[in-house]
Order: sequence, then structure tokens, then C-alpha cells
Amino acid sequence: MDVKTWTYLIVGLSFALYIGIAIWSRASSTKEFYIAGGNVSPISNGMATAADWMSAASFISMAGMIAFGGYGGSVFLMGWTGGYVLLALMLAPYMRKYGKFTVPEFIGERFYSRTARIVAVICLIIVSVTYVIGQMKGVGVAFSRFLETDYNTGLYIGMAIVFFYAVLGGMKGITFTQIAQYVVLIFAYTVPAIFISLKLTGNPIPQFGLGGSVADGTPLLEKLDKVIQDLGFNQYTTSVNGSKLNMFVYTMTLMIGTAGLPHVIIRFFTVPKVSDARLSAGWALLFIAILYTTAPAVAAMARLNLTETIQPGPVGEATGNLEYEKRPEWFKNWEKTGLLKFEDKNGDGRIQYYNDKNKTFTTKAAKYGWAGNEMTTVDKDIIVLANPEIANLPGWVIALVVAGGLAAALSTAAGLLLAISSSISHDLLKGILRPDISEKQELNASRLAMIGAIAVAGYFGINPPDFAAGTVAIAFGLAASSIFPVLMMGIFSKKMNRQGAVAGMIAGMSVTLLYVFQHKGILFISSTSFLGSMEPNWFLGITPNAFGAIGALVNFAVAFATSKTAPEAPQEVQDLVESIRVPSKG
Amino acid sequence: MKMENEISLKERRKSYWRANLRILAILMSIWFTVSFGCGILFVEPLNEIKLGGFRLGFWMAQQGSIYVFLVLIFVYVRFMNKLDRKFRFEEEND
Repeated sequence: MDVKTWTYLIVGLSFALYIGIAIWSRASSTKEFYIAGGNVSPISNGMATAADWMSAASFISMAGMIAFGGYGGSVFLMGWTGGYVLLALMLAPYMRKYGKFTVPEFIGERFYSRTARIVAVICLIIVSVTYVIGQMKGVGVAFSRFLETDYNTGLYIGMAIVFFYAVLGGMKGITFTQIAQYVVLIFAYTVPAIFISLKLTGNPIPQFGLGGSVADGTPLLEKLDKVIQDLGFNQYTTSVNGSKLNMFVYTMTLMIGTAGLPHVIIRFFTVPKVSDARLSAGWALLFIAILYTTAPAVAAMARLNLTETIQPGPVGEATGNLEYEKRPEWFKNWEKTGLLKFEDKNGDGRIQYYNDKNKTFTTKAAKYGWAGNEMTTVDKDIIVLANPEIANLPGWVIALVVAGGLAAALSTAAGLLLAISSSISHDLLKGILRPDISEKQELNASRLAMIGAIAVAGYFGINPPDFAAGTVAIAFGLAASSIFPVLMMGIFSKKMNRQGAVAGMIAGMSVTLLYVFQHKGILFISSTSFLGSMEPNWFLGITPNAFGAIGALVNFAVAFATSKTAPEAPQEVQDLVESIRVPSKG
Repeated sequence: MKMENEISLKERRKSYWRANLRILAILMSIWFTVSFGCGILFVEPLNEIKLGGFRLGFWMAQQGSIYVFLVLIFVYVRFMNKLDRKFRFEEEND
């Protein structure tokens, strides 16, 4: 069977499974729709959380970001896992004890304020919508690249699948499909990784293979350092991301952003007990860590493979470089998609892939007769997507990677859509506009809100706005600067009042948005950026993507300052805080 | 009698919360040390040490910190379950 048939078969089977689950797990009450009935076991919830959390970016792009960032890529590894420690120790148990349906609901009640609840809904919607656009794009791209369907058709198919289980089953349907999607995606990620590790280092466990040795006996990482330095690139194991300070702030932003993402927090409403919420966060991180500790191995190994494929011989000798006509099959396949681009600048028919931004090396390269880096595009996504082909794996493994990428995108999209629709039907409609509607009406409204959210996500997927490219910056930056601090203060500061909370959220969000906009353009329209996205203008050299942690500091500072000007939280609210701090009535 | 119970409940909650904060402080300082400390601030000196084919600082940043995070959460689960029992805040199974 050829790759395309395999892909249709495996993707088709996985979709049939998701639809089967949807039919089997219909929601019949708001409790089932919002929190899956509240009786999901800690392991199941951990698995669902892992799929909910790991998006198209984690699955497809992260290894590539590490491969080309080296040590600097560690911010994603530490940032996107360390957030779970914060969730487990400082958020999940208390949110579970509070025991209602949404994050804005907690903020509204804890800060005895409709304004706070509405501001929280706005933060949640901005965070989740920007995030969901990326997932929809991922679905469309996966379809168009592998199944050679039209991008829009692929997106419609993805929307239809999500529609089926999210509208029918709400959180209940989403939970069970996420468990299935986790299994698909983790299998798809680890199988090629095991093969490539075996091939390069003889060790079947990629986490150990990364520290192992290649055929000639040198440690893999040492070899990689040397091979890429010989071509003028920065040393893999020491190249930093911006500066050390930037890495510090960036990691912090990703950690607290992770802990502040509403679609992740609501997963912890679905377990029966407070102690289950703690345990469940541990399981979630375990399932996530399987992928996150494999990713750096995939990154280093694929980078070495890629570099040595193009530069099989000594640097500087005419025959050291790969002849373009003799390039492998996968190279041709990925050229078609535009993820790899070659331009024969010196007309020698061979490929030179080196760092032409490195001045010292460029002088040396000129003596070899090299006229600039000829791999004009090496997209970071190639690291995961082309990995099975580079390692010569059978067609079904390639098909599996496609199904895995789709599973990662769909599971995250569904979680985000639920967070959006529940904040509309439960917080805005039931909580504020029409408190008198019956449960049945609310359930219908939540289904309608879900349909609306899918339509909006689909629309933006088809017509990606300019800011789609900056989704990660916006989503993590805003979650870090608005939602995380307000939740922390709600739990750990008994006296924090509504004035402080509202002012803090607005200040944190504004400062972060302004910083991102001033460097990347208002709503990412680059012509409107007034400071330009360049290093000299960055505050202390902090990149816009990394700024959320600074926004969080501003949030805390403004909140505490403002709270001093108004009376402390009323007694019944302080009692509420005291009660959520302990797991039971005692 | 009722009064007394309420006072003792308040006291119990207070002591439970204080014990909880102590556990948090210890575990969060480990969290900070392995990621921001070993993985970023002190990565260069640690890179002088070799761990198999890894430089230690690099390994902490890309592997080690994640393993420590995992252990931290499961240790926290154990500590808190003990604390729940000690202060009689266990949840009933229903």
C-alpha cells in the first residue's frame, strides 16, 4: 500500500472512532455538558488533559523549534511542563473544591462582582479564540499536505468532526475523545522517535539515545555541536534564546501562562474529589512528559540527520556537498510543499547549507566558492513531519504521524471551544443576562454557543487574520498576565477585594497587549507597529512573546495598590476562601 | 459545645493552611532551583560536568527538570493526603 492509502485508512479509522465515542457519550444535563458529570477518574482526566494541552504546536512545531534553537529551545520544554507544578500545587485542588463550572464563575463569586466576571470572560475569549485559530489552521494544513485535499475542505472535515462530539457530548464527549486522541498522538510521536534513535545511537529509548553515541563512538550531542559549528551555526548545547534574562522571563511566562489557560483549568472540574484533582495533575504531567522528553531527542537527531544528508563529506571540499540531482525522495516531496526550498546560488549543482549570517564563516565559505546559504527555507515543522521519511520508515508510520497531528489539533480545539461556549452560555447568559432560564434551556444555549464558537473558529481558520501568526504570544501572554494572577490572589489573599482584582486584570492585560502591539503592530498589522520588532527597542532585551510574566508582575502590583484604597473583601467572601482552602468540611 | 467545635474548626483550618503553605514553600523552591536555577542561571558551571553523553546543565534544561517536576507533584499528593488525614479534612468516598 502506498503512503496515501495508508493515510486515508488510518485517519479514517481514527475519525470513525471519535464519531463512535460521540454517539455513545451524549450529554443530558448541564453538569455533563460542562464538567462531564464530575466523575472522571484521575488517570482518565490526566490523559484527557494531556491531549487537551498538547496542541498542533506541541506535536508538529516544538521539536523543530528545539532543533533550530538548541539549548535555547529549552524554554518551551521547561515552560510548558513546569506550569503543571503550579497547577497541581496552587490552582487545581482549590478550583476543584470551589466545584462549579467555569473559571469566570469563580472569579465573579470570589470577587463578588459582575464586572470581574465579565472582564474574566473577555480575557478568556481573547485567549481561547486566538489559540483555537492555530488549531484550525493545523487541521487544514495536515489535510492539504498529506491527503492532497483542498485546505478549506480539510478544515470543513475537521469542523464537522469536532461539531459531532463537542455539540452532542459537551465535556463528556470531549473527555472520551481526548483519551482516544492521546493514545493516537503519543503512539504517533514515539514510534518514529524510537526508530530514529535506534538507527542513530543503537538505543531504542530516545531519552537515553540523546545522551548516547553515534556509530563512530562520539557522543551524539558532541557530534552535533561539531557538525553544525563547522558550518558556522551556533553550538547546539549552549546557544541561548535572546539572552539569559529573556530565557528566564520567557520560561516564567510559559509556566504561568500554562497554569492560567482556562481550557486546562476546567479539566480539573471533572474529577470527583480535591485529592483527585492533585493526583490528576500528576498523571497529566506524566502523559505530557512522555512527549516532552522525547521531543529534544527527536530535535537533536533530526537536525544531525538533516545536516549530514546535505553535507555528507568534509566542509570545504567540492565533493563534500550533496548533489542536488541526487537528493533523496523525501527532499523532493517536501520541496513540493514549500517547507524546503533550494536555490543554487553558486551554480555548482550541489547544496550548501550553512549560516551565512556568521561573518567569519562567510569569509571562509567564499574561499570554498560558496555564494550564500542555498537552503533558503528549512521550515521548523519539517523536523517532525519529515522525520519518518528521513529515517526510511514504512508508509504506515508516516500515516500515523498525520493522524497524530490531527488528534493533537482536534483535541485542543475541542477543549478551547468548550471553554469559550461555557463562558458564553453559563457566565454571560445564565449568570448575567437571563438568570431565570431553566437547565434545559441553558443546555440548549450551550449547544448553540458551541455551534457559534465552531463557526467563528472555522471562519478565522479559512480567513486567518494578520494576528494568527502571533497566537502563541497573545494566548500565553494574556493568560499569564490576566487570569493566572487573579486566580492566585483569589486563593492566597483572603482580603483581596474586587477593586484590586478588576484593576489588576485590566492593567496586566493592557500592558502585555501594548508591548506585543508596539513591536508587532496593532492586531499584528506590521505597518502599525510604532517601535518595530527589533532588539534595541525591547525592554531589557525581552522579546514580545516572553513578556507575559512582566504583565503578571504589573497585575499583582496594581491589584495590591488599588486594593488598599477600598475596603477589604466582605466576611462571607473571606469565609468562601477559607472553605476552598481545605478539601472537606472536616 | 457547638461554639467550641466552631472555634476548633477555625483553628484546624488555620493550622492545615499553614502546614500546606510550608509544603508549598519547600516544593516550589525545588521547582525554581531545578528549572530557573540549574536550567538557566547556573547552566554554564553545570555544563562543565558530564553526565554520560550530556552536559549536566543542558540535560537539566531539556530532561532533568521535567523528571523533577513529575516527582514533585507525586510527592505533593502524598504529603497532602497525609495532611488531610492529620487534620481530619479527608473527603468521603461517595
